[in-house]
Amino acid sequence: MKKRVYLTYPKEQVKEPVLYHVGRLFKVVTNIRQASVSDKIGLVALELEGEEEEIDKAIKYFVEKGVKVEPIELDIIE
Amino acid sequence: MSFMKGLKCRECGKEYPKEALHVCELCFGPLEVNYEYEKIKEVLTRQTIEKRPPNMWRYKELLPLESDPSVGAQVGFTPLIRAHNLGNALGVRELYIKNDAVNYPTLSFKDRVVSVAISRARELGFKIIACASTGNLANSVAANSAACGMESYVFIPHDLEQTKIMGTLIYGATVVSIKGTYDEVNRLCSEIAGKYGWAFVNINIRPYYAEGSKTFGYEMIEQLGWRFPRHVVVPMAGGSLITKIWKSFNELQKIGLAKNLDSRIYGAQAAGCAPIVNAVKEGSELIRPVRPNTIAKSLAIGNPADGYYSAKVMRDSGGWGECVTDDEIISAMKLLAETEGIFAETAGGVTLGVTKKLIEQGRIPKDESIVVSITGNGLKTQEALYGKLNQVTVINARLAEFDDLVRANGKEYALKS
Repeated sequence: MKKRVYLTYPKEQVKEPVLYHVGRLFKVVTNIRQASVSDKIGLVALELEGEEEEIDKAIKYFVEKGVKVEPIELDIIE
Repeated sequence: MSFMKGLKCRECGKEYPKEALHVCELCFGPLEVNYEYEKIKEVLTRQTIEKRPPNMWRYKELLPLESDPSVGAQVGFTPLIRAHNLGNALGVRELYIKNDAVNYPTLSFKDRVVSVAISRARELGFKIIACASTGNLANSVAANSAACGMESYVFIPHDLEQTKIMGTLIYGATVVSIKGTYDEVNRLCSEIAGKYGWAFVNINIRPYYAEGSKTFGYEMIEQLGWRFPRHVVVPMAGGSLITKIWKSFNELQKIGLAKNLDSRIYGAQAAGCAPIVNAVKEGSELIRPVRPNTIAKSLAIGNPADGYYSAKVMRDSGGWGECVTDDEIISAMKLLAETEGIFAETAGGVTLGVTKKLIEQGRIPKDESIVVSITGNGLKTQEALYGKLNQVTVINARLAEFDDLVRANGKEYALKS
């Protein structure tokens, strides 16, 4: 399956190679479709491809590392 | 006859068929409805519009439906009020209120977007309507679905107050309360939308849904005698409304129904949730998400989907963004009610509070036309006012006690002889 998410890196995580680790630790293909990174914030539009369980683990890992994971539609709850 | 051409990516311009799509496959940018404006220009005149019934469908050529709407035929054409009393209080010459607090049927501007979304969803063959909402959107989805006999699902975070969901449950909607953090609820809703073949009005139907907001702008211009106001103040949550008002103004200019577009658009947010205003003030193109903390719940979207585009509208039109504290929101709600007899929800307090601030800052001149956008009804957010208004005076059922009260208040009234 494929899942599309927006990642928001806080200032402290901007320099960390979190995406690299995700690719190494889990069986997911990461595909960056848009990105904008400054010294204050990092925004990445990412497609994750793999088994549902592996994608869920990857998302959990991002969250544990302090990276905000949101659906590509951003805030849906209006 | 429909003049809807198809969908187009707002980022890269890639075109798509007019189906239930909302994200560009190429760049993940949002999709938007595109129209055949040259043809619309040939058939749509002011006279044609003015002869039609007073509802939002009088601009149907500029809306994304193949045929007439199948729900919400009475939505829109809410009052545009010349607010003399409020204008005097703020020291400005020409002030108007566009009042969607009385929009039909659920008393907020969401009935505009939802009636378009459900009508389009039915054209596309959907059987179930859904949304993720904590307030006005939920009410509108439930009511409009019921009105056309469709099943509806509303997803809410588990910690939402019971009183907030009565206005949704009454219409027979299935309300699903999801345990988890706000981000988890958000992600799950996106996954449900991806997995089930339902019409999620603000997800897979979003390009059509959002177009309904344009009617707020068309009406404003028609009610001003086909004239653009100089300044428009708009509340921002996800940021869709402000971008669509700007689109509506540009469309009317493009098809020749109004001329000399010189409006400045201002975005209003609560200080406790101001990601778009922050970006405008910092001159940044990046919207930094925030954790909302404000009484203006209907504007509490920490990572707005249209944040980037909203900031662009303010920049391109020469407007600005400003925010107000919770106390300023309450003061503005009271001011609006006491001067014009309009009870707006907390979002209305945000919009008026920001308008007042922009006038005081000199960003909005006192001698030019100003429209304040009121998008929801105060009856829905009464809890925000607990302890903030005058107390009720209690007396025993004796005339002498009332006489004492009148004297105590220091007032004198003529008595009948």
